[in-house]
Amino acid sequence: MLEFDDIQHILLTRAPALTGRYEFLSFRDAASGRAWLSAIADKVLSAAEARKSLATEKRWVSVALTWNGLRTLGVGEESLATFPEAFKQGMAARAEILGDTGENRPEKWLGGLAGSDLHAIVILFARDGPERERCKAEHARLLAGGEGVRVLSGLDLEATPPFEYAHDHFGYRDRLSQPVIEGSGEEPTPGSGAPLKPGEFILGYPDEDGPPAHLPRPDILIRNGSYLAYRRLQEHVGAFRDFLKANGRTAEEQELVAAKLMGRWRSGCPLTHAPEKDDPALGADLKRNNDFNYKQMDPHGYAVPLGSHIRRMNPRDTAHNINRRRMIRRGATYGPHLSEGAPEDGVERGIAAFVICANLVRQFEFAQNVWANDKSFHELGNERDPIIGNQDGTLEFKIPKRPIRKTIKGLPAFTTVRGGAYFFLPGIRALRYLASGTKEKP
Amino acid sequence: MSSTPQEDWTKPAAMAIPKEGYFKKEMGRHGPIFPKTPACYGFSIIAKVIPGREETVRAYAKTIEEAVKATPDVLAPLRLHYLRWVLFDVGSDLYFQYQGIFDTDFDKYLEDAVALFVKTGITTVFVNLEGFPADWKTNLDAVTKFFRDHQRPSFLEYGEYPFVSADEIKKALKLKAAFSEMLDQMQ
Repeated sequence: MLEFDDIQHILLTRAPALTGRYEFLSFRDAASGRAWLSAIADKVLSAAEARKSLATEKRWVSVALTWNGLRTLGVGEESLATFPEAFKQGMAARAEILGDTGENRPEKWLGGLAGSDLHAIVILFARDGPERERCKAEHARLLAGGEGVRVLSGLDLEATPPFEYAHDHFGYRDRLSQPVIEGSGEEPTPGSGAPLKPGEFILGYPDEDGPPAHLPRPDILIRNGSYLAYRRLQEHVGAFRDFLKANGRTAEEQELVAAKLMGRWRSGCPLTHAPEKDDPALGADLKRNNDFNYKQMDPHGYAVPLGSHIRRMNPRDTAHNINRRRMIRRGATYGPHLSEGAPEDGVERGIAAFVICANLVRQFEFAQNVWANDKSFHELGNERDPIIGNQDGTLEFKIPKRPIRKTIKGLPAFTTVRGGAYFFLPGIRALRYLASGTKEKP
Repeated sequence: MSSTPQEDWTKPAAMAIPKEGYFKKEMGRHGPIFPKTPACYGFSIIAKVIPGREETVRAYAKTIEEAVKATPDVLAPLRLHYLRWVLFDVGSDLYFQYQGIFDTDFDKYLEDAVALFVKTGITTVFVNLEGFPADWKTNLDAVTKFFRDHQRPSFLEYGEYPFVSADEIKKALKLKAAFSEMLDQMQ
């Protein structure tokens, strides 16, 4: 039975938010960090509370901490040593594994995310702009009222128009394929697979391999917790649109190139169901838009190219042990919308998202290292994920086609990693335990 | 072909490898990555057999034979070319060598490999080796460390048809069979 009243809402609910803000914090010492945490902990909704108030609530707050943050808050060395090595090292130290090299390297990251003084993130999802501004001001007052907690940086989130459905700045419909946790009460949409054991995402529960094992200690700190891999991914919308124009003579051809890169039409419609012409109604239909596989429906990639984004990031029935590789995604877009037809304005815009999982190495790092950045994934050779892989202009993208495939050479980078970090997302009781100076009995 | 231009399958190639097993330290999720050579990727794991376990280890050959017979693609996740299991004496001790040649660096699919070892019973041979962690079923880190500690990197590798993956070879053979079939149909 999931402890809904102890699990932070972000793990189990998706807030109906159009705006929000992330703030990245640094604690001077344990006392200042604990004082801040004591005050903010009351604002953090559990999954149970969020579900009850989803229709009326205007803002949703989550708090997570880096390993350095846990240490600064006074968590004992004995406990700190039990956390996984990757989490201890932090995302910046894992750059080579993640493909965060070249333009994506941590030295170029913004907002102080690569430094060891990053201790915490406070995640705000707000129903609208005024509510976001109200919460920002309230948090600023909280910080001004205490001392010793510094804001390293902040990032305002904005949905991009049209607001009727979630999509990124490139125009791709998002949130179509999410795993469902057993016991969460949610039903997977057709094609999304059976619900997964909670331990794949929440610490302290059985996972797909059996009972929980080798978890950090003490139990009060980690129970109902999880890990967040944060990624701030700039989307180069101008370059993306120029690429489509250069590779398609007509609007229809350009739209097909966009679909081939993703594996879905921008409407969300999967290419397995509509290989030649978009079907927006299908794209919007949750009963149908995720109901496909590759082994039977498209083994050679004639519809969904073997190297396309969705085929890499969720190879479905063509991957082994797929249930041990799934991830929950949360997040939002940031930066202003670039109107169709407008030239690139140089303003940063993109996606600021979290991958939520119980094991950063087995789930998130695997996806980055193998699915996104392995050049020989599916025997492709000289390819990486066309959307989020590390692209330096020397790689290609192959589109299987009869009688012979089309190869696009010199694929440009459509995205750049502008920041990232590993956080631990404690349960509600664990937040209070940390705020109390870990004095409550483990 | 998945090979890059310098990976020319028509020219047999040999590669001398530094003592560390790699040319440039490049980190994977579980440790340094060993390079692709003309003989593709691979490992040679050498460990001492626990005294008195020789028969158990030998009997395991039959287990794997049966497993592959029952499900021919059971080892597919490992993306293998060949596996060789060898027992040999050093003084009065018995040692075991597990040598594999495959198409992806071991680091990438390590969890899949361990899951497969458990499923097929391959692990039964490892539990008869000195130093294999007792909690291997749940402790991937310890299993990884065992493999890393017992891996002896090659100092020289050779390929008669270098860098070619098992999938490419299978595709070529399928193509040959399809052409033969086509020619038969033309008679």
